[in-house]
Amino acid sequence: MKYSIIVSLFFILLLATHALALQVDEYVLDNGLKMLIVEDHKAPTATFQVWYRVGSRNEKTGKTGLSHLLEHMMFKGTKNYGPKTFSQTIQRAGGTDNAFTSKDYTGYFELLASDRISLPIDLEADRMQNLVLSNDSVLSERDVVTEERRLRYEDDPQSYVMEEVFAAAFKNHPYRWPVIGWMSDLKTLDPGALIEHYKTYYAPNNAVIIVVGDVNKKEIMEKVRQAFGSIPTGPAAPAVQAEEDEQKGERRVYINKEAELPYIMAVFKTPTISHEDGFALDVLGSILSDGRSSRLYRSLVYDKQIAISAWASYEGVSKDPFLFFAGATAGQGKKIEDVEAALLEELEKIKQQPPSAQEVRRAINQAEASFIMQQDSIYMQARILGSFEMTVGWRFIDKYLEGIRKVTPEDVSRVAKKYLIDEKKTTGVLVPIAKGARS
Amino acid sequence: MKRKLKYLTLLMALLFASEVFAARLTDREVLPNNMVLLHAERKAIPIVTVVLAVKAGSIAEPAEKAGLAYLTAALLNEGTKKRSSREISEAIEFVGGSLSASAGADYATVSLSVLKKDIDLGFDLLSDVIMNPVFNEDEIRRKIRITKNRLIQQNEEPGVVASIAFSKAVFGEHPYGRQVQGSPESLDLISRQDIVDFHSAFFVPDNAILSVVGDISREELGALLKKHLGNWQQKSIPSRSLPGTGAKKSPVVIKENRDLTQANIILGHIGITRDNPDYYAVLVMNYILGGGGFASRLMDNIRDSRGLAYDVHSYFAANRFSGSFQVGLQTKNESANTAINEVLKEMQRMRTEYVSDRELQDARAYLTGSLPLRIDSNSKIAGFVISLEYHNLGMDYVNKYPALINGVSKEDVLRVALKYLDPENYILVVVGSLGKANLRY
Repeated sequence: MKYSIIVSLFFILLLATHALALQVDEYVLDNGLKMLIVEDHKAPTATFQVWYRVGSRNEKTGKTGLSHLLEHMMFKGTKNYGPKTFSQTIQRAGGTDNAFTSKDYTGYFELLASDRISLPIDLEADRMQNLVLSNDSVLSERDVVTEERRLRYEDDPQSYVMEEVFAAAFKNHPYRWPVIGWMSDLKTLDPGALIEHYKTYYAPNNAVIIVVGDVNKKEIMEKVRQAFGSIPTGPAAPAVQAEEDEQKGERRVYINKEAELPYIMAVFKTPTISHEDGFALDVLGSILSDGRSSRLYRSLVYDKQIAISAWASYEGVSKDPFLFFAGATAGQGKKIEDVEAALLEELEKIKQQPPSAQEVRRAINQAEASFIMQQDSIYMQARILGSFEMTVGWRFIDKYLEGIRKVTPEDVSRVAKKYLIDEKKTTGVLVPIAKGARS
Repeated sequence: MKRKLKYLTLLMALLFASEVFAARLTDREVLPNNMVLLHAERKAIPIVTVVLAVKAGSIAEPAEKAGLAYLTAALLNEGTKKRSSREISEAIEFVGGSLSASAGADYATVSLSVLKKDIDLGFDLLSDVIMNPVFNEDEIRRKIRITKNRLIQQNEEPGVVASIAFSKAVFGEHPYGRQVQGSPESLDLISRQDIVDFHSAFFVPDNAILSVVGDISREELGALLKKHLGNWQQKSIPSRSLPGTGAKKSPVVIKENRDLTQANIILGHIGITRDNPDYYAVLVMNYILGGGGFASRLMDNIRDSRGLAYDVHSYFAANRFSGSFQVGLQTKNESANTAINEVLKEMQRMRTEYVSDRELQDARAYLTGSLPLRIDSNSKIAGFVISLEYHNLGMDYVNKYPALINGVSKEDVLRVALKYLDPENYILVVVGSLGKANLRY
């Protein structure tokens, strides 16, 4: 279930903004700070977001997890305000604030009643340049992050498998390590490296402001200019040059861990959504995985009844080429070998024979409906706009539905044949061990 | 003079009326078949969101057949007199819509989301799955098998393991004490006839609330209801008395040993029902204790000052028939004792001192100021009004709510802390590596 949620979110992600494309206003201040504004007056609320072009992709071996730890530290105070001021100010106005870090970006957001939406502007401008990173506060927050790591990965068998699979799939690209960082790197963290990371990547020319909701774009733009306009342009952030070598055959990892049900995850290296094969890969993911009428659910869960969930997803909204995922959780007493065979059989089928026109049409209809439905949420609109802007540029959203509509059954079969092969594949298998076997 | 006054009164009445209208989320009416209809026309996007809530949750099922309500709801879209499971999913997914059904403790919900152009198809499918499910044996076996597997898989999630143990300890024999999905044993006792009977008894309009929000007028909706739900007949609903929740008089400690890096901790006890007049004071009190995210005392102490946890929160689940209070956190096994001790200290502090003016003011400001964010989309409104109706809070709740929160005083906060927080007679659940945790509790 966990993955079907990720899959559907991702799918929606790709679609929702197309309709917005015409309504997005873009401005760039002299210091390089970009702003994207969408006026949406359906309800008296708005979201203000600042996205930085930095994530685990920009980190180095031995120093993983810096981007995510920095995200935590952004709530711990500046030269001008104490450690609690940011969130307190927002919550006193009835708002919520939080942040997220991915392999490609770090984003901060506030959600508020729209008459209060200028509240975070000065505070965001302040923490872009005046963050206080004392040794004590960094090390205390590092401890919090180690707890987050234990919660999300070390004690979660399926997430643990995903980490291992990424590490095996990529040899020399930073996508090989987790966004949260390796435990050993967190434990030996040097607060000086965090300060350096902040100085290198937190500057107006490496950031994008996104505002969606019940706002007046001229007013909000003016307020942003006043708050951020005087922040000096920083040096250009260093480029990430790592390029992944070609793979010569399948890679496999096994994880023996306390768990109840066997689980398999296979990933295949694929290009980003802006590549000519991107749209067809997206439709492929949809046909395999979107909804109860999709192929994997029908075959593995409903007909054969050997899995309790089965899913696939093309992760194309990415800065550098990433992955196509497929996976399944075995039912009790079912052999993971049989589940894997059934999963691969479905991939094979679509290589041998193009999907029906009806299946492709359904994927297109789902894409079109999702992009309209997603406009129900201002937060989601901003998230989609941001994730495109950070990777392939927000204007790509314009091309998205148009591209999806052109995909043919033959295209889907062709990309399956091209990418779902051993030379692009890494497989991870969770082998459950009995409770208490380790203690 | 008199005339002027009359004019003023009229003007005031008009102003008042328009204000009420502006803040009323949906129109409410009781249809001839006794179903409550909540409707708001919102034309900004060509979509319609529909939620049908039927009072057919696990509180309506017999304890020995635990899972009956869940199975009944989950099987609704797995085949009707007209359509197979596959035909239903293909029909709705082909137009990019969604139709899903599930059951909770209090009620079951069937949710539909479609583009406006597909609303007739949407209502056709919705009415079909509510009125004509066939509960085919094959589908029942399949659903039971998957449900059992999910129950097994839950064991991989330490937080869920802790939460199941906690509910059982707090609510005992009350339906809130068991999982809505039932247990592997109870699922085996459920027959097709049980499901057919449960559906026939509880899936009736007298027992249902329908909320419809989106690009659809009352007139359009009326025609759809007539066409698709016109034959849905009312009938009397069987009543069931609920067992009590035994009050615990001393600490109950439940420990579960696992090969984990963290101890998953839940500490709490029985709470309040949603209709308790102290509900709003409890909301304010809990915001300060552990409900207010980074503004809360628990977060300040356990995460920000001590670096012991990523997540620490407290929560009053105030349901219709009973409720619970719980503090939840996860910390490395070795820190479990310290964290539990700090939780108890913070609970005790709420009971011994007044909260500060600032804390009270902040809690009120957040709880009232965040209301617009809870109702700023069609899907949020559709869900929110169902809960307003279920708890008899009235469609003008959003008007009344700020005064209810702002009326809470420091004295109220202390009073409800003394009354509803109990740092002596608690239930403590720890799922973790017990050798490393070396619990003092």
